[in-house]
Amino acid sequence: MTEASAAVRLRLQGIRKVYPGVVANDDIDLSVSAGEIHAVLGENGAGKSTLMKMIYGVSRPSAGEIHWEGRRVDIASPAQARALGIGMVFQHFSLFETLTVTENVALALPDKPALDELASRIEAVSARYGLPVDPRRHVHALSVGERQRVEIIRCLLQDPKLLIMDEPTSVLTPPAVRKLFDTLRQLAAEGCSILYISHKLDEIQALCHTATVLRGGRVSGHCRPAEETPQSMARLMIGGELPVCEHSPADGRGELRLRLAGLSHASADPFGTDLRDIHLDVHAGEIVGIAGVSGNGQQELLQAISGEETIAEKFPVQICGVEAGRLNAARRRRLGLCFVPEERLGRGAVPSMSLADNAVLTAARNAALVRGGFLAYTRARRFASECIERFNVRCGGPQAVARSLSGGNLQKFIIGREILQTPRLLVCAQPTWGVDVGAAAFIRQAIIDLRNRGCAVLVISEELDELFEICDRIAVLAKGRLSPVRPIGETSIEDIGVWMSGMWPGAEGSGGEDDRAAA
Amino acid sequence: MDAALFSSILFATVVAGTPLIIVALGLLVSERAGVLNLGAEGMMAMGAVAAFAVTHSTGNPWLGVLAGLTAGMGTALIHGVLCLSLQANQVAAGLAVAIFGVGLSAFVGKPFESVALPAVPPIRIPFIADIPLIGEALYNQQALVYFSWALFWAVLWFLARSRAGLVLRAVGEAPASAHAIGYPVILIRYLAVLFGGAMAGIGGAFLSVFYTPMWMEGMVAGRGWIALALVVFATWRPLRVMVGAYLFGGVMITQLFIQGSGLQIDFPAQFLSSLPYWATIVVLVLISRNPNAIRLNSPASLGKPFRPEQ
Ligand SMILES: Nc1ncnc2c1ncn2[C@@H]1O[C@H](COP(=O)(O)OP(=O)(O)OP(=O)(O)O)[C@@H](O)[C@H]1O
Ligand SMILES: [Mg+2]
Repeated sequence: MTEASAAVRLRLQGIRKVYPGVVANDDIDLSVSAGEIHAVLGENGAGKSTLMKMIYGVSRPSAGEIHWEGRRVDIASPAQARALGIGMVFQHFSLFETLTVTENVALALPDKPALDELASRIEAVSARYGLPVDPRRHVHALSVGERQRVEIIRCLLQDPKLLIMDEPTSVLTPPAVRKLFDTLRQLAAEGCSILYISHKLDEIQALCHTATVLRGGRVSGHCRPAEETPQSMARLMIGGELPVCEHSPADGRGELRLRLAGLSHASADPFGTDLRDIHLDVHAGEIVGIAGVSGNGQQELLQAISGEETIAEKFPVQICGVEAGRLNAARRRRLGLCFVPEERLGRGAVPSMSLADNAVLTAARNAALVRGGFLAYTRARRFASECIERFNVRCGGPQAVARSLSGGNLQKFIIGREILQTPRLLVCAQPTWGVDVGAAAFIRQAIIDLRNRGCAVLVISEELDELFEICDRIAVLAKGRLSPVRPIGETSIEDIGVWMSGMWPGAEGSGGEDDRAAA
Repeated sequence: MDAALFSSILFATVVAGTPLIIVALGLLVSERAGVLNLGAEGMMAMGAVAAFAVTHSTGNPWLGVLAGLTAGMGTALIHGVLCLSLQANQVAAGLAVAIFGVGLSAFVGKPFESVALPAVPPIRIPFIADIPLIGEALYNQQALVYFSWALFWAVLWFLARSRAGLVLRAVGEAPASAHAIGYPVILIRYLAVLFGGAMAGIGGAFLSVFYTPMWMEGMVAGRGWIALALVVFATWRPLRVMVGAYLFGGVMITQLFIQGSGLQIDFPAQFLSSLPYWATIVVLVLISRNPNAIRLNSPASLGKPFRPEQ
């Protein structure tokens, strides 16, 4: 092992990648040894995913060389990369929605395991790694957090020599992240090399041995994360100071904008979580946060509020004073609801359409992008351009197709699109998923500003730090039930962490049921 | 209805449903891999004429079936090259193949126009063919009828249980993801399309060598289109394809019997003739209403070209 672990496993030399109109990577050198955990840092659109996709054979470099274990290789396809021993967790999930978790994993394994046997293996592994998933469920019914767990488990089961993880923890909870890190450290100790991409600088500090920083597609520096602070790494990334967000306490509540009055709803998915008797009020001028491990009814709650899933009765969902339980998503938007779903490609944006067209899809009415049934095209473009500018979206302009944007930039665009419609009520899920530190601070500030202008905001997120930074009141959703709502000053991250397992004061069966996160 | 009449209607129903089952199951496999093949009618016609020509010159119907299979596959290969290698629009390519196949088969078949072949004797399965009422109708049938049943079980097992079937479904669901975990998407789609073509060819051979043992221009008579529609209305599920095909065959035969029997009925004949089409659609739509099940079985990438990123 001593000899092997010093060996350079992967070396990139002068890698360049040109997309029409964009140089995504330029003259990049990078090397990873066996047993090394190497971070790749950079702002949204810096070219991190592009570089990883070339290593994994999804796309080919325009110039430059890749050396694998001392030999020059030409990685033409993912199949070839996998044959070399490279595994990848994608930023945008590469799962098959209509297949079950077990089938998804089976597809990625070279030996052909019996499905029943594999299901129990997945259960065992997921418990050991602290990544709970139910192997029998269909992926389309899973929340993004659960999908991320599946993606990670699938990759870990392949036993790779080089593991590429493109923002694997963007929607994982802190305990799951800690467990994952233990696993990754152990893999590294056994000689596996890891390339790790994340915007969470504290994670990088805790996990990675070395780091390469990209800016604008070029290498802008190297560092040892353990010797840096998150601030100094952020400076390396952005080339400037980190913006901080200002959060003044809410000045008194305004009118009621969202009321959930005993919302109960059976999930459409047989394995989903049913919502049970949820009561919640959100007023103008406040931000209410809902914390919780995804898979505890978050998706169902979002669907019930957005109108994607209508419910049997009118009164349990009241939007701006209107009993809206039976209204569809478009009618609810007309009441002043804007909505940022958790899946940005697919639900949040149509991947193959331009940003301007995507703007029309939700902002048509509120931003008057349609007149007399016809698209007001110049307006749509102007609206998209404004969004791109105000939210600093790095892309080829309003005509760029959504799919060509880097993950974080697309998220900025979707949030921007909703915020620019000056909603009366904004519901957003995972608002800063995959967004770099600078942009995350910017989005949080934008949400706070929106509140200051009198909008009611409901944020559903797994990131407790974020919720504590922006929210005025907070509650926890666990097993389909909502905890009491507490003002942020009267609770703490630790308390909420405990509540997340479903045990809040007065919760039915608190302490009784055993917790499925238990490992 | 007396027993003999029932038995003969059942017999005719099974025969009428058989080519639809064979062709539709082939199309189902190809569509589950994400390739829409509107060329079925052309592939059937090519299969029919090739099977007829070979049977006619060799006297061996099995060589004929083999020729039909090959001709169907050859026609499907054109579709594959157009859509998979050249990334043409699948609807346009499929229509072109349909027109091409029907036209070419008419041209090739000119010398055989209205020539008849000797009927191929059915295969009687001992003992069970003696079951009263249904035995004679179901178990004293053409070999290809038994083949269609075997095909049904094979496709069912392949899609639901086999590893290769899982890969095929994955390719039809999300080709980019399948590519990303290392599967040769284009190759798999080629195989699926060729399988579809082979089955359409056999379906055509059944028509020209067994069903009505002769060649006539236009003898496929829209069965390729019906098979395509069956697959969609059956929401890409083999059992429903089978039900739909027999239902269509059954209603078709029954209304022919009624029309031919000289029974005094008040319906116009056109109404009776349209009955098989809408009865099948109504029944299949009714039994396949569950949106969740539709979502789980319909191939999400159907009709969309896939090109690995550069
Ligand atoms: N298929 C494509 N076509 C055109 N441009 C692309 C394509 N893929 C990526 N780009 C561009 O390349 C640049 C780098 O994108 P990349 O996805 O590598 O960024 P990233 O560093 O992973 O960002 P993030 O942190 O937001 O995920 C971006 O400007 C993006 O718009
Ligand atoms: Mg990325």
